[in-house]
Amino acid sequence: MTDIRLTNDPLDINACISAVMTPQAGGIDVFIGTVRDHTKGKTVLWLEFEAYESMAIMEMQKIVASATEQWPLHRLVLHHRTGRLEVGEVPVVIAVSAAHRDAAFAACLYIIDTLKQTVPIWKKEFFEDGEVWVAAHP
Amino acid sequence: MDINILGFGIAREIFGSGQVSLPLGNAATVADMRSALEKQYPRLGQLATYMVAVNNEYAANTRTLQPTDEIAIIPPVSGG
Repeated sequence: MTDIRLTNDPLDINACISAVMTPQAGGIDVFIGTVRDHTKGKTVLWLEFEAYESMAIMEMQKIVASATEQWPLHRLVLHHRTGRLEVGEVPVVIAVSAAHRDAAFAACLYIIDTLKQTVPIWKKEFFEDGEVWVAAHP
Repeated sequence: MDINILGFGIAREIFGSGQVSLPLGNAATVADMRSALEKQYPRLGQLATYMVAVNNEYAANTRTLQPTDEIAIIPPVSGG
């Protein structure tokens, strides 16, 4: 079972975890991204996430397919949010269940690291004195 | 031929719109499109890097474009 979602609505962490629970699993690994209140010493007021939705879903599907080929996983949830997120809110949740913890940890790390490199989603940070698209400029 | 190009994130702001049209020679490649686009929108060339997607897949610079392709400018991604 895999569940991939890109949504404007708040993510339900508990639902993501429940969705990967199965008697066959010996463990669940979860990554929860949260909006940090500062970057490089500056106070962040809020973030906005924008996605190229059709391609983002396809890239998320590729990552999930690659993870399930590399590790013996039981269930996998990958949810990402778009729109305005306040400090402390959750832009991404990844939950992975597997028979043994090594596979769950490795797959979860692979999924978040790859998502940050390939999925067409962009984050804009809003400060008191302006706004910046993250990673856009050298 | 005229191609339509989608812009996201900072590319959308540089274009001043989510979509722009660009005249290109027939059988133009992604590389041809990049140079024409950067001439028209010099701020695009100042980005750390950017990728081009054709029909929802990352495309190489040698890829030939068709007017029916869905083409998008992908600035450095920053999800998660």
